[in-house]
Amino acid sequence: MTRALASAVAGLVCVAAAIALLGYAPGPALRALVAGSLLGPAAWTATLLKTAPLLLTGLAVALCFRCGVWNIGAEGQLLAGALAATALATRGPVGAPAWLLGPAAILAGALGGALFGAAAGLLRSLRGVSEVISTILLNFVAIHCVALAVQGPLREVAGAYPQSDALPIAAQLPALGRVHAGVLLALGLALAVHWLLFHGSVGFRLRAVGLSPRAARFAGIAPERYGALALALGGALAGLAGACEVTGVTRRLYEGLSPGYGYTAIAVALLGRLHPLALIPSALFFGALEAGAGAMQREVGVPAEATKVVQAVVILLSTALSVGRAGSRRARAAEAAR
Amino acid sequence: MSEALLEATLRLAAPLLLAALGELWVERAGVVNIGIEGTMLFGAFVGFAVAVATGSAPAGVAAAGLAGTCVGGLFASFAVLRGADQIVVGTAVNLLALGATALASRALWAGAPPTAPRIAPVFDAAGADLPLLGAALLRQTPFAWAGLALAVASGIALHATRAGLRLRAVGEAARAADAEGVPVARTRALAVLLGSALAGVAGSALSLSLSDTFSEGMTAGRGFIALAIVIFGRWRASGVLFASLFFGGATALQFRLQARGVGVPYPMFLMLPYLLTLAVLAVASGRARAPGDLGRPYRREAA
Repeated sequence: MTRALASAVAGLVCVAAAIALLGYAPGPALRALVAGSLLGPAAWTATLLKTAPLLLTGLAVALCFRCGVWNIGAEGQLLAGALAATALATRGPVGAPAWLLGPAAILAGALGGALFGAAAGLLRSLRGVSEVISTILLNFVAIHCVALAVQGPLREVAGAYPQSDALPIAAQLPALGRVHAGVLLALGLALAVHWLLFHGSVGFRLRAVGLSPRAARFAGIAPERYGALALALGGALAGLAGACEVTGVTRRLYEGLSPGYGYTAIAVALLGRLHPLALIPSALFFGALEAGAGAMQREVGVPAEATKVVQAVVILLSTALSVGRAGSRRARAAEAAR
Repeated sequence: MSEALLEATLRLAAPLLLAALGELWVERAGVVNIGIEGTMLFGAFVGFAVAVATGSAPAGVAAAGLAGTCVGGLFASFAVLRGADQIVVGTAVNLLALGATALASRALWAGAPPTAPRIAPVFDAAGADLPLLGAALLRQTPFAWAGLALAVASGIALHATRAGLRLRAVGEAARAADAEGVPVARTRALAVLLGSALAGVAGSALSLSLSDTFSEGMTAGRGFIALAIVIFGRWRASGVLFASLFFGGATALQFRLQARGVGVPYPMFLMLPYLLTLAVLAVASGRARAPGDLGRPYRREAA
């Protein structure tokens, strides 16, 4: 906990230094950062809206990391989910009732994401392709798939911009006050993933594979199969994030839909030490950062990309600080099992 | 295959070849550096910025190599010296590069970078009457020549020198190498520094040779393709050379088809290199054995 806080603070200090170094006034920039993320209902709304996709993609990453699978592809899986949800909502049955179309769009998003995750999973289990590279490459594929869709089959009927039509009201996520129901969904899934990992037999096996594939194999658990399963499940979670974005926030599909949620997700997962419940405050932190950075860009002109620097510092410090404790214990377990 | 296509193949392969050779050394020492993408991006940015500031493209290339080395130092200090997870540290390097170069380029040029002096082919019109390969070779920038020379040199250095043997020993069986008195951490760190310097130079080939400006995220996954090239090339210098030429050729062909305007949507073309890389990995993975201790942090006390 203290180490997590320390790395978060260090990340903020680094970005403040970078901002000052680049000639922006750090005072107003940091004021905008705090005001845009924490002060007042509008700021909280912005923070919560950013937290939902970060929590879902963070869970996608954490679930896979727990299984020893490096899912760097949450970004692509999110986009695949957004694409699938939009396709169903704008090109699916016209006039379908909300009770059907809403859940169907969300489900389509989960399936779209799962498809991308499973593609990497199958390449890994059947052909031995490193999931590190395949998930990263699939991110680029997904980006261009979205471009292809909004310039072609999913392009708005008006045809003015490369974007999809607005999603029908029936497909949109119900509002919960100022935010959408996806926030609640994300929280619920954090609990569900926690339950799965620590109370379900599938989760036990996933973790066993992550701790030592070889020991797991001796225990009759096929590591490749569970690795592929983790990628498919993670893909579904990230796909849900994409579906919630289009049905709850942007209401349309367009290029550049995600400001890199799927990459921030790695920082979310590591700061939360791969623990589903700890991911909630971690996602809140990065959600607030994302929201604040938006305000900082609008008001002071500091590029929102500054958040990536914070993420990098947090990732570096949270791994560096964990080495020699849990990290090396796990490494020793893996070593002993070789 | 026409001469122009051959020439374009080599030109487009050069940055991939340089980066992949760097990664080859790193992986032969037992380290996976996926931060190579970010290292290239840093190289592209620093090389461009220095070339603009000094008016000298070679100075930019040198600075890019230096910048790559610094990024490699960051990677090595966490992933090698502290034994932190290599994938995680590499991811952090990539994020840092995306964020820091975007921040700096907007602060320096307010989102509209100028054009830099370019590294042009040394012999421009020469070689017209040479046989096919000769002309295509002669019209290259020094990036391509350096890549070809380094591919040969890497093959020799890795397999016919004492230092190369030690490097491979560290990557193959770190504990045994340690027992033989080879300093594992130092060897790995040195490999990372060298490999990252090459990645930095490869990045500058993007901003000073293939184009004359810097754009955010301009590496666009080339570092990751370089990682795939090392696997496709079966962790051998000759394999890496041919794999790089394969990808260079595919890109050259893609540009040609695109220019001819066959009725395929533009994003489809952009997607092709990544799909091709995935296809190549699906075929090539598992055919060659990776270095035995690839990706495993080494700690002496873990014994």
